[in-house]
This record gives sequence, structure tokens and C-alpha cells, in this order.
Amino acid sequence: MLFKLSLKNIKKSIKDYAIYFFTLILGISIFYVFNALDTQTAMMEVSSSTRELIKLMMTMMSAVSVFVSFILGFLIIYASRFLIKRRNKEFGIYLTLGMSKRKISFVLFFETLIIGILSLAVGLGLGTLLSQLMSIIVVNMFEANLTKYTFVFSCSACIKTILYFSVMYLFVMIFNTISVSKCKLIDLLHGNKKSETLKIKNPFICIIVFIISVVVLGYAYYMVTAGFGDMSDVKDILVPIAMGSVGTFFIFWSLSGLVLRIVSSMKNFYYKGLNSFTLRQFSSKINTTVFSTTIICLMLFITICLLSSCLTMKNSMNEGIKKFAPVDIQLTNKRNMDEDFWYDRNLSLGYNDKQIKNSHIDVIEKLKVFNYDITKNLSDYIQINIYRTPDLTLNHTLGSKLESIRTQFPFLRYDTMEDIIKISDYNKIANLYGIDTYSLNDDEFIILADFQSMVNMRNIALKNKEVINLFGYTLKPKYDECQDGFIEMSSQSINSGVIVVPDKVVDENYLYSDMLMGNYNTTDKKEIQNIEENLNEITKNSLKNQYLLPDATTKLSIKESTNSLTVMVTFIGLYLGVIFLISSAAILGLKELSESSDNKERFRMLRKIGTDEKLIKKALFRQIGIFFMLPLLLAIIHSIFGIRFAVKILEVFGTDELLPSIIMTSIFIVIIYGGYFLITYYCSKNIIKEKN
Amino acid sequence: MENILKVENIEKYYGSRSSLTKAIDNLSLTVEKGEFVAIMGSSGSGKTTLLNVISTIDRVTSGHIYVAGKDITKLKGNELNKFRREELGFIFQDFNLLDTLTAYENIALALSIQNVSAKNIDERIMKVADELDIKSVLAKYPYQMSGGQKQRVASARAIVTNPKLVLADEPTGALDSKSAKMLLEKFNYLDELGATILMVTHDAFTASYSRRVIFIKDGKIFKEIHRGSDTRKEFFDKIIDVVTLLGGDNRDAL
Repeated sequence: MLFKLSLKNIKKSIKDYAIYFFTLILGISIFYVFNALDTQTAMMEVSSSTRELIKLMMTMMSAVSVFVSFILGFLIIYASRFLIKRRNKEFGIYLTLGMSKRKISFVLFFETLIIGILSLAVGLGLGTLLSQLMSIIVVNMFEANLTKYTFVFSCSACIKTILYFSVMYLFVMIFNTISVSKCKLIDLLHGNKKSETLKIKNPFICIIVFIISVVVLGYAYYMVTAGFGDMSDVKDILVPIAMGSVGTFFIFWSLSGLVLRIVSSMKNFYYKGLNSFTLRQFSSKINTTVFSTTIICLMLFITICLLSSCLTMKNSMNEGIKKFAPVDIQLTNKRNMDEDFWYDRNLSLGYNDKQIKNSHIDVIEKLKVFNYDITKNLSDYIQINIYRTPDLTLNHTLGSKLESIRTQFPFLRYDTMEDIIKISDYNKIANLYGIDTYSLNDDEFIILADFQSMVNMRNIALKNKEVINLFGYTLKPKYDECQDGFIEMSSQSINSGVIVVPDKVVDENYLYSDMLMGNYNTTDKKEIQNIEENLNEITKNSLKNQYLLPDATTKLSIKESTNSLTVMVTFIGLYLGVIFLISSAAILGLKELSESSDNKERFRMLRKIGTDEKLIKKALFRQIGIFFMLPLLLAIIHSIFGIRFAVKILEVFGTDELLPSIIMTSIFIVIIYGGYFLITYYCSKNIIKEKN
Repeated sequence: MENILKVENIEKYYGSRSSLTKAIDNLSLTVEKGEFVAIMGSSGSGKTTLLNVISTIDRVTSGHIYVAGKDITKLKGNELNKFRREELGFIFQDFNLLDTLTAYENIALALSIQNVSAKNIDERIMKVADELDIKSVLAKYPYQMSGGQKQRVASARAIVTNPKLVLADEPTGALDSKSAKMLLEKFNYLDELGATILMVTHDAFTASYSRRVIFIKDGKIFKEIHRGSDTRKEFFDKIIDVVTLLGGDNRDAL
């Protein structure tokens, strides 16, 4: 009997449940999709290092999932509280008819159970479908080859989803039972008649609070952007975050009073159509939902920053690889380790005597010792030399500016030897890389650097025309700032400085390492992997105890390692972002719909006095629109500064690609948030519709 | 005198063919400009249905209703809304004021949905507030007002648009006797100013303030009495006589 009652209730209030049900299904399917990511990667052809990374990613996903389940859990409890509130009168009638509270709890229990089972079934079904779609994204992200498309279903993710959500529903049941046992009959019966006494705030206090909040927010914005340099500690970021949160709260607190004050003084606008009605509806709603609006605004803010910076990172890293890893392979071979007249033996680097003794041969010859001819695999390659001397360290390059720079950057090692390269060698590299070449007079040098903080530091010395003394020559800087350029491949601009000098200056005794860089004679991915695996085989050769192996950096390995990082960050960002987005939109939608019964009365009255249907629809649309737009608007303003801050933090990754990721983020928000808005609007329209 | 309202042989049926309920059964009546007419009847007599079809909230099954010469049974959609907001004024038993708006804004709403300019709105509200003695409560919200004040604000909203016909559905139903008396005196005053009022009530005391009372029973006009030159007290006694005549089942008539 009780079960039948629950079933009927659900059927009856399906319209009220629609958005709740929809959110549950979305939440469940997203939860499933992100926990089933590893099954998607199973059908891809990826290297073993990527496999390791996928394992790590799934561990991270599990951790994030716990956090997500907390958010969804709160959302579900919040939503069910709303739905119970709506049905106070119904419970009141049950109680007056003599039903015990325990039985009402049972009715609710069955309802939650039915909804839970239904939503899990539908959600997992949708999740499975979505995860097929996700395969395409995953393959794209890992830039892997799809071996064969197969329909995948992750049992473990499925079980995990059922387990997590069962626990959430259990909490909802407990919560419902508590709230039913606490309620009083009189409140249940007259709950919705209790007219909410409108707390009209003093407009002048509102104006003052609003101005103070704007100033606080402005200062927080200043701190994270223009005042960024003053921040020395990670903890310093907590101050603007706290200021921003409090500022947001008080903006919403004071906004309705302020807007009402301003707009109601614009008589021609206020007394036009249903404007006064809409505005009052808005202000009474904002007044009662200051706290949740603040939370929603902050969640949206986090979502926007998270999504746009994650996507930017992915894009910029790919751009970075294109730019900073222009060739397929780069081998660096340490030389002259036995030149102990400058080699610091105290720096115990763990090389044995044999390795040191055999360090006089160059990279190609050394590989030949291992019976491996690298040149056979290369279509074009160059060899260059790098020199170092204890007579040219950062101390020397900075010259007279050293002391003032040291106070600014106290933790830098100023006795690091500078990398020196001949201009002819560098131009060979530049030609191969397709970047700018340079020319030098006999008494000049150039510093190449692109790591921003090092560039700034070196520029101080260069502006001051600090000369360097090298192998008996005195060289003056050709330019008064660092030039663009790099030797070692990487995924981003991390070149902290290379000194380019005229060829004749260099003393060959100070050869520090030689490098080989070139492109493979194939572009086929499989063959490249083969080459690199063969190269890798050498590391297993015991000869390496006598001959120190060169360091290899390949485009593929750079790609894989950076890609892995960005993929991980992007997925986690997407996961959290989408969950935040649907949570906040769902709360807004539920709030609006739960008040629709009050609104129904109001709109009925408007109809009775002869308001046009068009005007009513417009008023409803505006009312819901403002309610949805307001937190988003403030979140967008926050994000303008938040993203700027994120850009500063992520500067090392390069951020030219901000626009496309912002567009992507906007698309996400428009689809999810806009979708919720439309659903809410159509549901409300349905509820206030007069049946003739 | 001009006929503001002319109801011609209307019928209203509820239910399906197997169980038909005739709420209004071939009823005709006319209301002239400036009249204050009360319609009385017990619950189930069809008086609320009559008011609903006149106010276009409900439709007749057959027959015609003319308001100021226009057949309103033929109106559709937004024409209905236009008719309602321009030709009719409503006063409800439960006031139907918007709780989020002040008294002033509630009254203004009736005008603003007709696109009246803000300046004009203010003038007209001040005038009507003066007539109904509600100037002191204009800035208050419904929950800050007494029932009588609320109903006078609702009345102000009904007449501020200068409607052809004011329809009042049990206007004193939710008021104490003192507030009811005060409201009805205001109705008399409005009537003197030229408003046409059609009021539905089951209360003889309320009906005695009108100039004419139409009694309805089982969807038909049972009797009609005019006040003529009687005092209100004499008219009240006459009404009571008819109520008694209507039968013992009419317990709630007093």
C-alpha cells in the first residue's frame, strides 16, 4: 500500500521531479564516464610510458571522484529537501488521517528507492553511450591510433558508480527520515500559507554595503593582477580569495535593495508593463537566496577558470612542442671529463674512471662502440659543440650588476658555468630549427634566452653593457637585451641563457659536450617508435659502464610526457568543471521550480486582471533569466581577473592560446547552463499555465 | 438608459452527456449604466458560474453576453485579455493582491499593463486613493494591512482603469462586519460617482447596499427586487423575506 502510494506520488509529481531526475541522470553518467576512462584507453595503441600515466590518471580520478561524490551528495540532499518542502501539505493530510510519521518515512524511503534505481539504470545507460563518444575524445587527446573500435563497458566503473550513489541515496533517506520526524503538523498544514514577511532592507545601508563590497572586490582584483609581484608566498593568495568570497556575498546581499531603489525611481520604466512585478519577484528571490547565489557564483567562477586554463594548457603545450622541439632527436654527449684542470672532482657525479677516460670520443663514434650507427636512421643531422669554463659563470656575466641582482634573486646559483657556443655552430642549429640566425663582430657576444625571469635578470646586465672576458678576449654585448633562441629541445621556453661568441675566441680544450641533432629518415610513427626502442636497447648494454651514454631527447618523448600531463589536467578539469556547472545550474532550476506554486497564484492573478499572455511569458522569461544570469555575470567578472592570475601562474607554459579555450568554455557553459535555463523556463511555464 | 451588460438566454452545462449538470439554465438579465446590482443565491445556485462567464474566466455553452454592445462570448485569446483589462474591474473575496508589491504598485499594475504613462498613473492612483480613503496605506505591503484596507486597495485597482463594469465576487466574505460596512459604503459612493457594479453575495446585509437584487436558484432567476425609495433597513427586510421564500435549505443566506 505504502509502495503504491510512493509510486503514485512520483507519477503525479513527475513534472516537479523532472529537473531533479535529469540532474541525477547527468551526474551518474558523468561519474561513470570519467571513472571508465581507462577502458577507453584500452583499445588504443600507446607506449608503455603512456600506460603508466593512464594508471596514474585513474588514481587521480578516483580521488577526484570522492570529492565529486560529496558535491553531488550535497546537491541531492539539497534537492530532496526542496521536494519535501513542496509536499508539506500532502504530508500534513497523511498525518491528520492518522498515518504515523514512521509510515510517511517509509513512503519517502520507497520514493527515494524508486528514483534511485530508475536514475541509476538510466544514468548508467546514458553513461555507457556517452563513454563511447568519449573514446573519440580520449584518442584525440592522447594523439594515439585507434586500433579497432569496440563497444566498451567498464564493470568496475559501473559497480563503483552504483556503490557511491547508493551511499548518497542512503544519506538522503536518513536525512528525509530526520526531517519528517522533526516536523510539526501545524507547520505542515499551514506551511505555505505562512506569508513570508518581506524583509525590506534599508536602501541606504544597501548602497553603502554595495560600495564597500565593490571596493573590496576591486582590491582583490588588483591583488591578483597588478599587485601580483607583491605576492611572495602561496598563502598570500588566500587573502584575495577570502576578500572575493566575502565581497561576492555582500554584493548579492545588497544588490536587490540597490537595484530596487534605482529602478523604482525610474518611474517610466518601473511602471511599464509587468516591470514592477518582475523586479519585485527578482528582489524577493535574491533576498532569500543570498547564500546559495554566492556559492553558485563561486562555483561558476571556479568552473570558468578551471575549464579555460586547462584547455589553454593543452593547447599551449602542443604549440610549445611545435616551436621548441623542432627536430626528431637530440643527443648530448659529455666530453673531456678527464680534463681535471677544470673539472670539479668534488662534484661527485658518479662517473667511474673508465667512463671518464673514454669521454674524449664524440657522439657518433661512441654509439658505434655500442654497435649502433645512428646516422643510418637520420635523413639530415648536424653536430655542434658546447664549451664551459669556470672563468665564465653567471657571476662574471652579470658583472658589476651582480650585487643588486643578488638581493633580488638570493637563491640562484651564481657560480653556474655558462654554456658557450660558436656563432657558426649556432647558425647551423638555427638553420636546422628554422629560427633566426645571427652574425657577430670579432669583439661581440650575444646572449640567447627565453625563460622570462632569467631574461629580465640578464637584461639588467646587458643594458649596462657589461663586458665578458673569455680565453683572453674581451667581448662586449652586441644587443642590450637577450635574443630569442635555444639549443636544447623542450616543450616550452626554458632556455635560461646561452652565450654565443665569435668562432676564433673559443679554446677547444674547454669542450664540455658535443651534440647531435637531426631528423629521422621516416615520418611513419611506427618506424619512429622502432628506432627509439632500438636506441633504448643500448641502455641495457653492459658496455655503458665503460662508455658514458649520451643523453637522448626525442620529440616523441617530449610529446608523450607533456601530453600526458596536459591530458590528465584537462580530464580532471573537465570532470570537475562539468560537475560544478550542472550542480549550480540544478540548484538554480530547483529553486525556481520549487517556488512556482507561489508564482502560480501570482500569475493567475495577473491573468485575472487581464494581462496579455505574451506579457506574462516575457515576465517569466525575464524573471528566470535574471535569476540565472546574475551569478554567472559576477562569475564572469571574477573570471576575467581569475584567468589573468592563472595565466601569470602558468606563464611558463605559454598562453597565446587563451581565446580558443575561452570559446570552448563558453560553449560548455552555454550548452549546460543554458540547457538548464531552458528546461527551467519551460517547466515553469507549464506549471503556471492555466487549464481551461 | 444605456445597457452596459446584457445577458441573453445563456446556458452553462458541466459534466459529460451521461451526467449533465445545468449550472445556468436559460438565464437573461440586463444591467444599466451606473447601476449597483447584487446577485444572491445559495451555494450551488449558479451565481459564481454566472460571474465567471460574464468575466470571461469561463465560457457559456449557449447564449450571448453583451458588454457595452460587444458580444464577449465570441472573443478569443488576447482579445479576451484586452477586454478583461480594459472593460472590466475585478474585486475578489480573497483580495488577490500581489504580496511582493506595495499597495501603490498593486494599483499601478492594472494601469501599467495598459501602457499608461507613469505620470498619468500617479494622478489616477492619487484620485482613486482619495475616493477610497487609502492614501495612508499606499506605501505598505499587503501583509502590513488589515483585511478592510486590502479590499479597498483591491477595489481601487478594480476601478482605477475606469472599467465599464466592476465585478465583485463576495467582496465582504473575508471581512469583519465593521470593515464590510465601510467597504460597502465606499461602493455606494462609487456608484454615486457613476460606476456600474455587479456584486455576487450570499449575505443579505451586503446585498442591501445595492439598488437591485437578483435572486438565483438552480441556474434560473427566481426573483428580482428593486430598492426604489426604500431605506437600506427596509430593503434589507425585503431581501430577508425573499431569502425565507427561497427555502429552508438556504441556511447560509443569513
